[in-house]
Amino acid sequence: MRTVKKQPQPRRWHILVFILPAFLIYTVFAIYPIVESLRLSLYQSIPSAQGTGTTAEFAGLANYMRLWGEPYWAEQFWNALKNNFLLFAMHMLIQNPIALALAALVSIPTLKGAATYRTIFFLPTLLSVVIVGFIWQLILSPLWGITPDFMKWLGIREWFKPWLGLESTALVTVTLISIWQYVGIPLMLFYAGLLNIPEETIEAARIDGLNGWWIFWKVKLPLILPALGVVAILTYIGNFTASFDIIYTLQGGLAGPDYSTDVMGTFLFRTFFGFQSQLGDTYMGATVASVLFFIILVGVAIYLFGVQRRLQRYDF
Amino acid sequence: MLRFAAEEEIMKVATNKNIASGLLLAGVTCAGFLAPLYAADLSIESWRTDDQAIWDEKILPAFKAAYPDINVSFAPSKPTEYDASLNAKLEGGTAGDLITCRPFDRALKLYEQGHLADIKGMSGLENFSDVAKAAWSTDNGDATFCVPMAAVIHGFMYNKDAFAELGLEVPKTEEEFYSVLDKIKEDGSYIPMAMGTKDQWEAATMGYSNIGPAYWNGEEGRLGLIDGSASFSDEGFLKAFEQMAKWKDYLGDGYQAQTYTDSQNLFTLGRAAIYPTGSWEITGFQQNSDFELGAFAPPKASADSKCYISDHTDIGIGMNANAKENDAAMKFLEWAASAEFADLLTNASPGFFSLSTHEINVENPLAKEFFEMRAECDPTIRLTYQILSRGEPVLSNHMWVLNANVINGTMTPAEAAAEAQENIDTWHKKP
Repeated sequence: MRTVKKQPQPRRWHILVFILPAFLIYTVFAIYPIVESLRLSLYQSIPSAQGTGTTAEFAGLANYMRLWGEPYWAEQFWNALKNNFLLFAMHMLIQNPIALALAALVSIPTLKGAATYRTIFFLPTLLSVVIVGFIWQLILSPLWGITPDFMKWLGIREWFKPWLGLESTALVTVTLISIWQYVGIPLMLFYAGLLNIPEETIEAARIDGLNGWWIFWKVKLPLILPALGVVAILTYIGNFTASFDIIYTLQGGLAGPDYSTDVMGTFLFRTFFGFQSQLGDTYMGATVASVLFFIILVGVAIYLFGVQRRLQRYDF
Repeated sequence: MLRFAAEEEIMKVATNKNIASGLLLAGVTCAGFLAPLYAADLSIESWRTDDQAIWDEKILPAFKAAYPDINVSFAPSKPTEYDASLNAKLEGGTAGDLITCRPFDRALKLYEQGHLADIKGMSGLENFSDVAKAAWSTDNGDATFCVPMAAVIHGFMYNKDAFAELGLEVPKTEEEFYSVLDKIKEDGSYIPMAMGTKDQWEAATMGYSNIGPAYWNGEEGRLGLIDGSASFSDEGFLKAFEQMAKWKDYLGDGYQAQTYTDSQNLFTLGRAAIYPTGSWEITGFQQNSDFELGAFAPPKASADSKCYISDHTDIGIGMNANAKENDAAMKFLEWAASAEFADLLTNASPGFFSLSTHEINVENPLAKEFFEMRAECDPTIRLTYQILSRGEPVLSNHMWVLNANVINGTMTPAEAAAEAQENIDTWHKKP
């Protein structure tokens, strides 16, 4: 009997080599800044001992107490958070159902020109937010916009209001503009999910006597639930991070009128960088950023542990 | 969060690069010593990117003629980035020797951080009034750190052709002002006044700060708020808010969604008759409008009361406390206090008026109309800029929101006044 010399497991260096760049980039540009930001939120700037300039001093949770304790900060914080959740709710109730409906229509195999529709729906997503903001501001402008004239032609001119300038309508208007721009992303995700469903499954349902309407509700929708989950969590995150761009473009840093469109992003911007005569405050800014980080973290955690693990996935 | 940190990194890298190029430059200048003549190089930090041509072609050549051995370059950064980038440069030691100063707290902060030199004893400073110097001095006046450069004057511009067409006279008092507005409105071919509340700042700046001094008696009311003898709920300040509530009937349809640029276009296209504004618009408006422009001062409260204007201290120039070319920078500042500079600046950028007491001959006719208001009316500065904006929220920004709310009709003048006073009461210790 011959003994087989046991070969040592070759070290797989290539794994390390391939992971390293991503690891380094993530550490330097994502993890380190987050940790640093959390650290900064525990400091405050105080006048330095020499009489000129300021130094940072460890202050524990003082910034957080300020954020929730002082009326000026608390008012802004809760107002921004409330608007963020309104924004989230509107995106979930308007944007995602529209995206789902459009995806369902576009994925009908017999539809002529499906590719064209798909492109058209996705096109606004590719535009810069600044351009989208500018275009819509012009469309809705009471002075030069086409909306007042168009409504006059329809005979409903008296219903026209300067929507972006009224406290009662500004947030809804901004949200609808944002939906117009971004409806393409959930649409694509739903569309990809729908395409993945094998023809046989649908055929079987049809043979069982279901019509198109019921096939959608009983067969297709349950099968794309994972996509629905991904869309929900993307909407949640985007609502806290991406909402800044469109609001800053349309309503400016003060998120007017009377802070009615203020969200965490614009609040953070004003706090960190300052706005006009308000000077920026690195430490309060880091505090707001940290709270925002935790809000997103909690939301994502609920999704990961509460929702995603329960989702049934099907292999076809 | 990620984005901020990344920017910080980039800034650090940029600073290092500047240091590297600085070293290189230092090497080059050392070599320059071999040459017989030594020329000092100064650079001016500024946010007035629009003024690059004015400095390069008019102001700096004049300085060069007087001081051939000093080279000055004008190196502005974007207005929105100026404060942040200047701070980074000062911290990194790469800022220019001359620094353009924003008024009051932003420059004061730089002085307190040790970035601006105290120039109180400089010769030439006596050519400026105390009000002008107050914008760049410590609260108690112990130190002055910038030479006052330019002011902007608030008032109203009007469409002379429209006024002639409707047979209107320039209003002098509040009563005449509203009767003019009523007539324009009745006629219907022009929007009486071009202003919107979308950007909010116009309401406070072109509205409240513009017409208000007539009601709170200019400096008297402003200083009263600072020393605690006056309050926003006093008649004067309240009346100014009440004017804002009255204005909404004379603004265009949908003014709530009208931005600053919308208002500018509305006026220069000849669709509005009156534009509440300031002298900084002169150059742009003269280029863009094809009708004759006129200006009038904010109306007096009544026929026998005084006239007041907001003659706001807007730009100063100071010296980097760590300047490499101390003497040359000082020479420039002294020159900036001279009559020659005052004349050059005022005429090169119409609408920005020298703050010095030198006699100046203003050539631009529209600028002259604004300039002549100085002779008739008592000057004051914007209400909230000195000391009062140190609370949370910053009163200047708070006034934007309050005035926009009053004009939008979502807040009464009394509520706005009470909220403004509450802002000061929460933090301001009266002396």
